[in-house]
Amino acid sequence: METKIATRMGDGSLTEMTRGELRSDIEDATQLAAGKAKVDPLTQDEQDHVLDIYASAACFTAVDIGDQVVLSCDGGGSKMTGTDILDLLESEQRLGQDILELWHIEYSYKAIKTILPHQQQMMQNAQQMLTAPIQYGAQPNLAFYSRPDGPCENWFELLPRGEIAAAREAIVEAMDYATKDFIFVGEGMLDAGADGMDFDTTGGAGDGDFFSTLRAVRHLREKYPTAGIEVGMAGEFVIGVHGELEWDGRRLAGLWPQGQLEVCQDAGVTLFGPAVNINTGKSCAWNTAYSLTVIKPCMDVACIPVHPNVGEGVCGVPVNGYPPEDAASRAAKAHVEILRCDGL
Amino acid sequence: MDVTHALAAGMGGIRTAGDLVARMQMSRGMRLTEAKRYVADRLGCTERDLADSYAMEQIRGEKGLGRILDHSNLHPGEPNAMMAKFRIAETLGITIPSVEKFRELAGI
Repeated sequence: METKIATRMGDGSLTEMTRGELRSDIEDATQLAAGKAKVDPLTQDEQDHVLDIYASAACFTAVDIGDQVVLSCDGGGSKMTGTDILDLLESEQRLGQDILELWHIEYSYKAIKTILPHQQQMMQNAQQMLTAPIQYGAQPNLAFYSRPDGPCENWFELLPRGEIAAAREAIVEAMDYATKDFIFVGEGMLDAGADGMDFDTTGGAGDGDFFSTLRAVRHLREKYPTAGIEVGMAGEFVIGVHGELEWDGRRLAGLWPQGQLEVCQDAGVTLFGPAVNINTGKSCAWNTAYSLTVIKPCMDVACIPVHPNVGEGVCGVPVNGYPPEDAASRAAKAHVEILRCDGL
Repeated sequence: MDVTHALAAGMGGIRTAGDLVARMQMSRGMRLTEAKRYVADRLGCTERDLADSYAMEQIRGEKGLGRILDHSNLHPGEPNAMMAKFRIAETLGITIPSVEKFRELAGI
C-alpha cells in the first residue's frame, strides 16, 4: 500500500494523497490544459519533476543555489496597508524584495487620478529613502467606468438583455475614459521619479480592459523609452466581453498566455506577468501542472522578462488569505525550474 | 507569502544584487540570463555571486551600492539610498529617473 503524503488542495486545506494519486493529478491537469489552450502537454521529464516537488514531505522547498529569480510584486511587499514608505522600507530591508511597488488602498487608476499629487509626493519621498527600484501599481478596472460607478452605460446589464451593439458602444466609450486615466496617472508617477508602472490584474473586465491598457502602454513607452512597464494579467485567457476588439489585427478575446505576451511585447511592455486561476476543488499539484502547461509556450517567444503571478489564488498558490508556505514555495520552485522564467 | 517567495526563489534585493538585476529587466527589458550576465560583468564577479549575500555584502560595500542596515551592520559615511543610486546608475550604465530628478531639483 502506497504511503500517504500530506499535500494541499486549491483552497489551501490539507489533504493526503499517494504518489500515484499525485502523478495521476499532474497527468490529468497537463492533458486538460493542453487541450483547452491548444498547446503541448508537459513532457514526461517535466511531469516527473513536478511530481518530485509535490511528493516531498518537506514543509518548505526552494530553488537551487544560483537559480534565484527577480521578484516583482502587485501591491506592496509587506502589505502593511496604508503605511506607504514604511511598507516599502520593510520590503527592501527585511524581505529583500527585488522590485518594490508603491500603491494605494484604492488600487484603481480611476481612483488614483483624484489623489495623484499625494501619490507623486509619496513617490518622491520614497525614492530618496530607498535603494531598490520602485514602481507604481494599480488596476485598470474598466468596469468602474460603467454606471452606477462611472459615466457609461453598464454593459453587464445590456448584454443579458441582448443589446449587443449598445453594450459594445458603452465598452468603447469606457475604454476612452480609461486609457486617458492610465496615461494621466502613468505620466504623473513616472515624472515623479517612479522606476516603472504596473498594470495589475489586466483584463479583469475582459478584452476592453486589456485593450485600454495596451493603448496606454504604447503611449507611455513612446514617451518614456527606459521606464519599466509591467502588465500582470487577471486570468489564463482574455474574456471576450466586447468580443471584436483587435490589437494590430489580432483578436484579444480568447488569447492564452502566449498570445497575451505577444501583444504586450508589441505594445512596449517590459515585464509580463501571466496569471492562471486556481481550481479550488483540485490539488495544488494539479493546479501547478495546469499553470505550467499554459504558460510554457511563452518562454520560447519571450523577448522580455516573464514573471508568472504566484500570488494568492493563481499559478498553483491556494486561494487563501494566508497561503500555506509549503504550497506557495512548491509553486515558486516548480515555475522557476520547469519554465526557467525570469522572475515571479 | 512574500517571505515565502523571497526565501524560496528570490534573489534577495539589496542584500544581494537582486535590485541591480531587476533594474536591467525594467530599464532594458533584459531577460534573466542576460541581465545576470550584464550585472556580473559590470561588478566583476560571477553570476552565482549575484544572489549570494556573503559575496554581495563585500562587493556592495566596496563599490558604495548601498547595503542593509541593522544594529550590528551600520555603515555611517557610506552611501545608501539616493547616494547609492547615483553610484548604481554609473556602475550599470543606466539612467535612474529618481537620480535625474534629484539632480534637477537640487540644482546639481
